[in-house]
Amino acid sequence: MSFVKNARFLAARGARLAQSRAYSDEMKLTFAAANQTFYDAAVVRQIDVPSFSGAFGILAKHVPTLAVLKPGVVQVVDNDGKTTKYFVSSGSVTVNEDSSVQVLAEEAHNVADIDVAEARQLLSKYQSQLSSAGDDKAKAEAAIAVEVAEALVKAAE
Amino acid sequence: MMMQRTTLLLPMAIEATMLAQQQRGMATLKTISMRLKSVKNIQKITQSMKMVSAAKYARAERDLKAARPYGIGAQQFFEKTEIVPDEKAEPKKLFIAVTSDRGLCGAVHTGVARLIRGEMATEHANTKIFCVGDKSRAILARLYGKNILMVANEIGRLPPTFLDASKIAHEVLNTGYEYTEGKIVYNKFRSVVSYQCSTLPIYGGPTVEKSEKLATYDSLDSDVIKSYLEFSLASLIFYTMKEGACSEQSSRMTAMDNASKNAGEMIDKLTLTFNRTRQAVITRELIEIISGAAALT
Repeated sequence: MSFVKNARFLAARGARLAQSRAYSDEMKLTFAAANQTFYDAAVVRQIDVPSFSGAFGILAKHVPTLAVLKPGVVQVVDNDGKTTKYFVSSGSVTVNEDSSVQVLAEEAHNVADIDVAEARQLLSKYQSQLSSAGDDKAKAEAAIAVEVAEALVKAAE
Repeated sequence: MMMQRTTLLLPMAIEATMLAQQQRGMATLKTISMRLKSVKNIQKITQSMKMVSAAKYARAERDLKAARPYGIGAQQFFEKTEIVPDEKAEPKKLFIAVTSDRGLCGAVHTGVARLIRGEMATEHANTKIFCVGDKSRAILARLYGKNILMVANEIGRLPPTFLDASKIAHEVLNTGYEYTEGKIVYNKFRSVVSYQCSTLPIYGGPTVEKSEKLATYDSLDSDVIKSYLEFSLASLIFYTMKEGACSEQSSRMTAMDNASKNAGEMIDKLTLTFNRTRQAVITRELIEIISGAAALT
Protein backbone atom coordinates (compact mmCIF):
# COMPACT_ATOMS: atom_id res chain seq x y z
CA MET A 1 0.00 0.00 0.00
CA SER A 2 2.63 2.43 1.11
CA PHE A 3 4.76 1.39 -1.82
CA VAL A 4 2.00 2.36 -4.24
CA LYS A 5 1.59 5.64 -2.48
CA ASN A 6 5.30 6.29 -2.73
CA ALA A 7 5.35 5.48 -6.39
CA ARG A 8 2.50 7.82 -7.03
CA PHE A 9 4.23 10.52 -5.09
CA LEU A 10 7.44 10.00 -7.02
CA ALA A 11 5.63 10.12 -10.32
CA ALA A 12 3.97 13.38 -9.39
CA ARG A 13 7.28 14.80 -8.31
CA GLY A 14 8.96 13.70 -11.52
CA ALA A 15 6.27 15.35 -13.57
CA ARG A 16 6.68 18.53 -11.60
CA LEU A 17 10.44 18.45 -12.01
CA ALA A 18 10.12 17.93 -15.73
CA GLN A 19 7.75 20.85 -15.85
CA SER A 20 10.06 23.16 -13.97
CA ARG A 21 12.95 22.13 -16.17
CA ALA A 22 10.91 22.83 -19.24
CA TYR A 23 10.41 26.28 -17.85
CA SER A 24 14.12 26.98 -17.53
CA ASP A 25 14.64 25.81 -21.11
CA GLU A 26 13.61 29.27 -22.05
CA MET A 27 16.27 31.86 -22.30
CA LYS A 28 15.35 35.34 -21.18
CA LEU A 29 17.30 38.03 -22.94
CA THR A 30 17.74 41.60 -21.83
CA PHE A 31 19.50 43.48 -24.57
CA ALA A 32 19.84 47.15 -23.85
CA ALA A 33 22.11 50.00 -24.78
CA ALA A 34 22.46 53.43 -23.27
CA ASN A 35 20.53 54.86 -26.19
CA GLN A 36 17.81 52.26 -26.59
CA THR A 37 16.33 49.05 -25.20
CA PHE A 38 15.89 46.20 -27.69
CA TYR A 39 14.77 43.24 -25.57
CA ASP A 40 13.48 43.43 -22.02
CA ALA A 41 13.45 39.92 -20.52
CA ALA A 42 12.14 38.55 -23.82
CA VAL A 43 12.34 34.84 -24.61
CA VAL A 44 14.63 34.09 -27.57
CA ARG A 45 16.25 31.00 -29.05
CA GLN A 46 19.84 32.00 -29.61
CA ILE A 47 22.22 34.92 -29.28
CA ASP A 48 25.63 35.26 -30.94
CA VAL A 49 27.95 37.77 -29.36
CA PRO A 50 31.47 38.96 -30.25
CA SER A 51 33.69 39.02 -27.17
CA PHE A 52 37.36 39.65 -26.53
CA SER A 53 37.86 35.96 -25.82
CA GLY A 54 36.27 35.09 -29.16
CA ALA A 55 32.76 35.16 -30.58
CA PHE A 56 30.33 32.66 -29.10
CA GLY A 57 26.70 31.64 -29.32
CA ILE A 58 24.41 31.38 -26.32
CA LEU A 59 21.55 28.91 -26.15
CA ALA A 60 19.33 28.11 -23.20
CA LYS A 61 21.12 26.38 -20.30
CA HIS A 62 24.44 27.87 -21.28
CA VAL A 63 27.00 27.64 -18.51
CA PRO A 64 27.02 30.88 -16.46
CA THR A 65 29.70 33.24 -17.67
CA LEU A 66 30.81 36.82 -17.98
CA ALA A 67 32.32 38.38 -21.05
CA VAL A 68 33.29 41.76 -22.40
CA LEU A 69 31.88 42.75 -25.77
CA LYS A 70 34.09 43.63 -28.69
CA PRO A 71 32.91 45.99 -31.43
CA GLY A 72 30.93 43.82 -33.82
CA VAL A 73 27.56 42.30 -34.59
CA VAL A 74 25.23 40.74 -32.04
CA GLN A 75 22.85 38.33 -33.68
CA VAL A 76 19.56 37.44 -32.01
CA VAL A 77 17.42 34.51 -33.21
CA ASP A 78 13.79 34.77 -32.09
CA ASN A 79 11.68 31.78 -31.13
CA ASP A 80 10.07 31.79 -34.58
CA GLY A 81 13.49 31.68 -36.26
CA LYS A 82 13.70 35.30 -37.30
CA THR A 83 17.24 36.68 -37.11
CA THR A 84 18.01 40.27 -36.22
CA LYS A 85 21.46 41.79 -36.31
CA TYR A 86 22.65 44.65 -34.15
CA PHE A 87 25.92 46.49 -34.19
CA VAL A 88 27.46 47.09 -30.75
CA SER A 89 30.45 49.28 -29.93
CA SER A 90 31.37 47.79 -26.56
CA GLY A 91 29.73 46.44 -23.45
CA SER A 92 29.27 43.33 -21.36
CA VAL A 93 27.52 39.97 -21.49
CA THR A 94 26.24 38.16 -18.42
CA VAL A 95 24.85 34.64 -18.55
CA ASN A 96 23.28 33.64 -15.24
CA GLU A 97 22.45 30.29 -13.68
CA ASP A 98 18.74 30.69 -14.36
CA SER A 99 19.35 31.04 -18.12
CA SER A 100 18.77 34.76 -18.10
CA VAL A 101 21.14 36.69 -20.33
CA GLN A 102 22.00 40.34 -20.11
CA VAL A 103 23.69 42.00 -23.03
CA LEU A 104 24.51 45.58 -22.15
CA ALA A 105 26.09 47.74 -24.79
CA GLU A 106 27.44 51.21 -24.66
CA GLU A 107 25.73 51.88 -27.93
CA ALA A 108 23.84 49.58 -30.24
CA HIS A 109 22.00 50.02 -33.51
CA ASN A 110 20.18 47.83 -35.93
CA VAL A 111 22.59 46.87 -38.71
CA ALA A 112 20.03 47.90 -41.33
CA ASP A 113 20.25 51.49 -40.05
CA ILE A 114 23.95 51.84 -40.77
CA ASP A 115 25.03 53.89 -43.75
CA VAL A 116 28.00 52.15 -45.41
CA ALA A 117 29.38 55.29 -47.06
CA GLU A 118 29.35 57.21 -43.82
CA ALA A 119 30.95 54.33 -41.94
CA ARG A 120 33.77 54.27 -44.52
CA GLN A 121 34.22 58.00 -44.11
CA LEU A 122 34.49 57.54 -40.35
CA LEU A 123 37.05 54.80 -40.81
CA SER A 124 39.32 56.94 -43.03
CA LYS A 125 38.92 59.87 -40.65
CA TYR A 126 40.07 57.86 -37.67
CA GLN A 127 42.84 56.19 -39.67
CA SER A 128 44.30 59.59 -40.47
CA GLN A 129 43.88 60.54 -36.81
CA LEU A 130 45.79 57.42 -35.81
CA SER A 131 48.71 58.24 -38.08
CA SER A 132 48.88 61.83 -36.86
CA ALA A 133 48.41 61.03 -33.16
CA GLY A 134 51.23 62.42 -31.03
CA ASP A 135 51.36 60.80 -27.61
CA ASP A 136 50.56 57.26 -26.55
CA LYS A 137 47.16 58.09 -25.11
CA ALA A 138 45.91 59.79 -28.28
CA LYS A 139 47.29 56.88 -30.28
CA ALA A 140 45.46 54.32 -28.16
CA GLU A 141 42.23 56.28 -28.39
CA ALA A 142 42.52 56.56 -32.17
CA ALA A 143 43.35 52.84 -32.42
CA ILE A 144 40.14 52.01 -30.53
CA ALA A 145 38.15 54.34 -32.80
CA VAL A 146 39.65 52.65 -35.87
CA GLU A 147 38.75 49.23 -34.49
CA VAL A 148 35.14 50.30 -33.95
CA ALA A 149 34.93 51.93 -37.38
CA GLU A 150 36.37 48.81 -39.05
CA ALA A 151 33.78 46.64 -37.34
CA LEU A 152 31.10 49.14 -38.33
CA VAL A 153 32.07 48.99 -42.00
CA LYS A 154 32.23 45.22 -41.86
CA ALA A 155 28.80 45.03 -40.25
CA ALA A 156 27.28 47.43 -42.78
CA GLU A 157 28.59 45.47 -45.73
CA MET B 1 22.44 83.84 -4.34
CA MET B 2 19.16 84.07 -2.44
CA MET B 3 20.98 84.54 0.86
CA GLN B 4 23.01 87.37 -0.51
CA ARG B 5 19.98 89.14 -1.73
CA THR B 6 18.11 88.95 1.58
CA THR B 7 21.06 90.30 3.53
CA LEU B 8 21.27 93.11 1.04
CA LEU B 9 17.60 93.83 1.15
CA LEU B 10 17.19 93.77 4.91
CA PRO B 11 18.79 97.15 5.81
CA MET B 12 16.96 98.72 2.92
CA ALA B 13 13.67 97.40 4.17
CA ILE B 14 14.30 98.70 7.69
CA GLU B 15 15.18 102.11 6.29
CA ALA B 16 12.04 102.11 4.22
CA THR B 17 9.80 101.35 7.20
CA MET B 18 11.49 104.10 9.23
CA LEU B 19 10.88 106.53 6.42
CA ALA B 20 7.35 105.25 6.24
CA GLN B 21 6.74 105.96 9.90
CA GLN B 22 7.97 109.50 9.44
CA GLN B 23 5.80 110.33 6.49
CA ARG B 24 2.98 107.96 7.46
CA GLY B 25 0.12 107.18 5.09
CA MET B 26 1.52 107.66 1.62
CA ALA B 27 4.87 105.98 2.22
CA THR B 28 3.41 102.82 3.74
CA LEU B 29 1.30 102.56 0.66
CA LYS B 30 4.44 102.85 -1.38
CA THR B 31 6.27 100.10 0.55
CA ILE B 32 3.29 97.80 0.25
CA SER B 33 3.06 98.36 -3.47
CA MET B 34 6.79 97.75 -3.77
CA ARG B 35 6.53 94.47 -1.94
CA LEU B 36 3.51 93.51 -3.95
CA LYS B 37 5.46 94.10 -7.13
CA SER B 38 8.44 92.04 -5.97
CA VAL B 39 6.25 89.14 -4.87
CA LYS B 40 4.51 89.23 -8.23
CA ASN B 41 7.88 89.10 -9.97
CA ILE B 42 8.95 86.16 -7.83
CA GLN B 43 5.74 84.38 -8.71
CA LYS B 44 6.44 84.93 -12.37
CA ILE B 45 9.90 83.42 -11.93
CA THR B 46 8.68 80.37 -10.01
CA GLN B 47 5.92 79.83 -12.53
CA SER B 48 8.28 79.86 -15.46
CA MET B 49 10.72 77.62 -13.58
CA LYS B 50 7.87 75.19 -13.11
CA MET B 51 7.11 75.23 -16.81
CA VAL B 52 10.76 74.66 -17.68
CA SER B 53 11.14 71.76 -15.27
CA ALA B 54 7.85 70.26 -16.49
CA ALA B 55 9.29 70.17 -20.00
CA LYS B 56 12.59 68.77 -18.71
CA TYR B 57 10.75 66.24 -16.59
CA ALA B 58 8.82 64.90 -19.58
CA ARG B 59 12.09 64.24 -21.35
CA ALA B 60 13.80 62.80 -18.27
CA GLU B 61 10.95 60.37 -17.73
CA ARG B 62 11.07 59.21 -21.33
CA ASP B 63 14.83 58.69 -21.02
CA LEU B 64 14.40 56.86 -17.75
CA LYS B 65 11.88 54.47 -19.23
CA ALA B 66 14.45 53.51 -21.85
CA ALA B 67 17.26 53.24 -19.30
CA ARG B 68 15.42 51.14 -16.72
CA PRO B 69 15.85 47.70 -18.37
CA TYR B 70 19.50 48.63 -18.85
CA GLY B 71 19.93 49.48 -15.17
CA ILE B 72 18.08 46.40 -13.99
CA GLY B 73 20.17 44.26 -16.33
CA ALA B 74 23.33 45.76 -14.91
CA GLN B 75 22.23 44.91 -11.37
CA GLN B 76 21.37 41.28 -12.15
CA PHE B 77 24.88 39.90 -11.81
CA PHE B 78 25.37 41.42 -8.36
CA GLU B 79 21.98 40.21 -7.18
CA LYS B 80 22.47 36.64 -8.42
CA THR B 81 26.00 36.10 -7.19
CA GLU B 82 25.16 37.33 -3.67
CA ILE B 83 28.59 38.78 -3.07
CA VAL B 84 29.52 39.23 0.57
CA PRO B 85 32.44 41.45 1.48
CA ASP B 86 35.45 39.70 2.97
CA GLU B 87 35.18 40.08 6.74
CA LYS B 88 38.82 39.42 7.49
CA ALA B 89 40.19 42.12 5.27
CA GLU B 90 39.93 45.71 6.37
CA PRO B 91 36.83 47.20 4.82
CA LYS B 92 37.33 50.22 2.62
CA LYS B 93 34.05 51.75 1.75
CA LEU B 94 33.08 54.15 -0.96
CA PHE B 95 29.92 56.15 -1.30
CA ILE B 96 28.96 57.66 -4.61
CA ALA B 97 26.46 60.44 -4.01
CA VAL B 98 24.41 61.06 -7.14
CA THR B 99 23.02 64.60 -7.00
CA SER B 100 23.35 67.65 -9.22
CA ASP B 101 24.55 71.25 -9.16
CA ARG B 102 21.13 72.78 -9.04
CA GLY B 103 19.00 73.53 -6.04
CA LEU B 104 15.39 74.70 -5.57
CA CYS B 105 14.07 71.17 -5.88
CA GLY B 106 12.82 70.16 -2.48
CA ALA B 107 14.68 67.57 -0.42
CA VAL B 108 16.18 65.61 -3.33
CA HIS B 109 19.81 66.40 -2.55
CA THR B 110 19.46 66.59 1.24
CA GLY B 111 17.92 63.12 1.24
CA VAL B 112 20.99 61.64 -0.44
CA ALA B 113 23.35 63.55 1.85
CA ARG B 114 21.38 62.58 4.94
CA LEU B 115 21.60 58.88 4.11
CA ILE B 116 25.36 59.13 3.71
CA ARG B 117 25.67 61.19 6.89
CA GLY B 118 23.74 58.53 8.78
CA GLU B 119 26.10 55.81 7.56
CA MET B 120 29.16 57.94 8.20
CA ALA B 121 28.07 58.63 11.77
CA THR B 122 28.70 54.98 12.68
CA GLU B 123 31.97 54.50 10.83
CA HIS B 124 33.91 57.04 8.85
CA ALA B 125 37.61 56.28 9.24
CA ASN B 126 37.81 53.95 6.24
CA THR B 127 35.14 55.54 4.12
CA LYS B 128 35.41 57.90 1.21
CA ILE B 129 32.78 59.84 -0.64
CA PHE B 130 32.66 60.59 -4.33
CA CYS B 131 30.31 63.52 -4.94
CA VAL B 132 28.50 63.72 -8.25
CA GLY B 133 27.08 67.24 -8.33
CA ASP B 134 27.99 70.27 -6.24
CA LYS B 135 25.01 70.03 -3.92
CA SER B 136 26.10 66.88 -2.14
CA ARG B 137 29.56 68.37 -1.68
CA ALA B 138 28.12 71.56 -0.20
CA ILE B 139 26.16 69.55 2.37
CA LEU B 140 28.78 66.92 3.19
CA ALA B 141 31.91 69.09 3.12
CA ARG B 142 31.13 70.70 6.47
CA LEU B 143 31.13 67.47 8.46
CA TYR B 144 33.18 65.08 6.36
CA GLY B 145 35.34 67.33 4.22
CA LYS B 146 38.35 65.06 4.68
CA ASN B 147 36.47 62.00 3.40
CA ILE B 148 35.54 63.54 0.09
CA LEU B 149 37.56 61.87 -2.61
CA MET B 150 36.51 63.93 -5.58
CA VAL B 151 33.69 66.11 -6.83
CA ALA B 152 32.19 66.02 -10.30
CA ASN B 153 30.28 69.14 -11.17
CA GLU B 154 28.45 70.67 -14.12
CA ILE B 155 25.77 68.02 -13.59
CA GLY B 156 22.12 68.80 -14.09
CA ARG B 157 22.19 71.50 -16.74
CA LEU B 158 21.84 68.92 -19.47
CA PRO B 159 20.38 65.41 -19.25
CA PRO B 160 23.04 62.89 -18.19
CA THR B 161 24.67 60.85 -20.98
CA PHE B 162 26.61 57.62 -20.96
CA LEU B 163 29.75 59.62 -21.67
CA ASP B 164 29.28 61.56 -18.41
CA ALA B 165 28.78 58.33 -16.52
CA SER B 166 31.83 56.67 -18.04
CA LYS B 167 33.94 59.72 -17.23
CA ILE B 168 32.82 59.51 -13.61
CA ALA B 169 33.46 55.76 -13.48
CA HIS B 170 36.89 56.36 -15.01
CA GLU B 171 37.72 58.90 -12.31
CA VAL B 172 36.40 56.62 -9.55
CA LEU B 173 38.77 53.90 -10.72
CA ASN B 174 41.66 56.29 -11.35
CA THR B 175 41.73 57.89 -7.90
CA GLY B 176 43.83 55.00 -6.63
CA TYR B 177 41.44 54.35 -3.77
CA GLU B 178 40.87 50.59 -3.86
CA TYR B 179 37.48 50.18 -2.27
CA THR B 180 36.32 46.72 -1.23
CA GLU B 181 32.66 47.58 -1.16
CA GLY B 182 30.58 50.61 -1.71
CA LYS B 183 27.21 52.09 -2.37
CA ILE B 184 25.77 54.34 -4.99
CA VAL B 185 23.29 56.60 -3.22
CA TYR B 186 20.63 58.05 -5.48
CA ASN B 187 16.97 58.98 -5.67
CA LYS B 188 14.81 56.32 -7.25
CA PHE B 189 11.97 57.80 -9.20
CA ARG B 190 8.52 56.42 -8.46
CA SER B 191 5.93 58.88 -9.69
CA VAL B 192 5.59 62.62 -10.23
CA VAL B 193 4.95 63.17 -6.54
CA SER B 194 7.17 60.51 -5.05
CA TYR B 195 10.77 59.35 -5.12
CA GLN B 196 12.79 57.29 -2.74
CA CYS B 197 16.37 57.61 -1.62
CA SER B 198 17.93 54.21 -2.41
CA THR B 199 21.31 52.54 -2.65
CA LEU B 200 22.95 50.13 -5.09
CA PRO B 201 25.88 48.01 -3.93
CA ILE B 202 29.21 48.07 -5.79
CA TYR B 203 32.23 45.88 -5.13
CA GLY B 204 35.93 46.02 -5.84
CA GLY B 205 37.59 43.41 -8.07
CA PRO B 206 39.18 41.26 -5.29
CA THR B 207 35.90 41.09 -3.37
CA VAL B 208 34.10 39.76 -6.44
CA GLU B 209 36.85 37.23 -7.18
CA LYS B 210 36.57 35.76 -3.70
CA SER B 211 32.82 35.32 -4.00
CA GLU B 212 31.63 31.72 -3.64
CA LYS B 213 29.06 31.75 -6.39
CA LEU B 214 31.58 32.95 -8.91
CA ALA B 215 32.84 29.36 -9.18
CA THR B 216 29.71 28.49 -11.15
CA TYR B 217 30.69 30.99 -13.81
CA ASP B 218 32.77 29.61 -16.63
CA SER B 219 36.10 30.73 -18.10
CA LEU B 220 36.84 33.80 -16.06
CA ASP B 221 40.15 35.48 -15.54
CA SER B 222 40.83 38.59 -13.53
CA ASP B 223 41.17 40.66 -16.69
CA VAL B 224 37.65 39.84 -17.80
CA ILE B 225 36.30 40.50 -14.31
CA LYS B 226 38.12 43.82 -14.14
CA SER B 227 36.78 45.02 -17.50
CA TYR B 228 33.35 43.69 -16.65
CA LEU B 229 33.26 45.54 -13.32
CA GLU B 230 34.50 48.75 -14.91
CA PHE B 231 31.77 48.63 -17.50
CA SER B 232 29.09 47.70 -14.99
CA LEU B 233 30.15 50.57 -12.72
CA ALA B 234 29.68 52.98 -15.64
CA SER B 235 26.30 51.40 -16.44
CA LEU B 236 25.13 51.64 -12.86
CA ILE B 237 26.23 55.26 -12.57
CA PHE B 238 24.47 56.02 -15.84
CA TYR B 239 21.28 54.41 -14.63
CA THR B 240 21.35 56.12 -11.21
CA MET B 241 22.04 59.48 -12.83
CA LYS B 242 18.97 59.00 -15.00
CA GLU B 243 16.87 58.10 -11.96
CA GLY B 244 18.29 61.06 -10.06
CA ALA B 245 17.68 63.51 -12.88
CA CYS B 246 14.08 62.40 -13.25
CA SER B 247 13.40 62.65 -9.49
CA GLU B 248 15.05 66.05 -9.40
CA GLN B 249 12.94 67.50 -12.19
CA SER B 250 9.71 66.10 -10.81
CA SER B 251 10.57 67.38 -7.35
CA ARG B 252 11.48 70.81 -8.71
CA MET B 253 8.17 70.90 -10.52
CA THR B 254 6.27 70.30 -7.25
CA ALA B 255 8.48 72.71 -5.32
CA MET B 256 7.97 75.49 -7.83
CA ASP B 257 4.25 74.80 -8.00
CA ASN B 258 4.05 75.20 -4.23
CA ALA B 259 6.15 78.34 -4.34
CA SER B 260 3.83 79.86 -6.95
CA LYS B 261 0.83 78.98 -4.80
CA ASN B 262 2.40 80.54 -1.73
CA ALA B 263 3.29 83.65 -3.69
CA GLY B 264 -0.32 83.80 -4.86
CA GLU B 265 -1.56 83.71 -1.27
CA MET B 266 0.87 86.43 -0.32
CA ILE B 267 -0.24 88.55 -3.24
CA ASP B 268 -3.88 88.22 -2.14
CA LYS B 269 -3.05 89.29 1.40
CA LEU B 270 -0.86 92.16 0.29
CA THR B 271 -3.50 93.42 -2.16
CA LEU B 272 -6.02 93.42 0.65
CA THR B 273 -3.70 95.37 2.96
CA PHE B 274 -2.84 97.71 0.13
CA ASN B 275 -6.49 98.53 -0.61
CA ARG B 276 -7.33 98.88 3.06
CA THR B 277 -4.42 101.28 3.64
CA ARG B 278 -5.32 103.27 0.57
CA GLN B 279 -8.90 103.57 1.81
CA ALA B 280 -7.63 104.65 5.25
CA VAL B 281 -5.47 107.33 3.67
CA ILE B 282 -8.40 108.68 1.66
CA THR B 283 -10.66 108.68 4.71
CA ARG B 284 -8.06 110.47 6.79
CA GLU B 285 -7.52 113.11 4.13
CA LEU B 286 -11.29 113.64 3.91
CA ILE B 287 -11.51 114.04 7.67
CA GLU B 288 -8.66 116.53 7.58
CA ILE B 289 -10.33 118.56 4.85
CA ILE B 290 -13.75 118.48 6.48
CA SER B 291 -12.49 119.34 9.93
CA GLY B 292 -10.32 122.09 8.44
CA ALA B 293 -13.32 123.53 6.62
CA ALA B 294 -15.45 123.22 9.75
CA ALA B 295 -12.83 125.13 11.75
CA LEU B 296 -12.88 127.99 9.23
CA THR B 297 -16.60 128.60 9.35
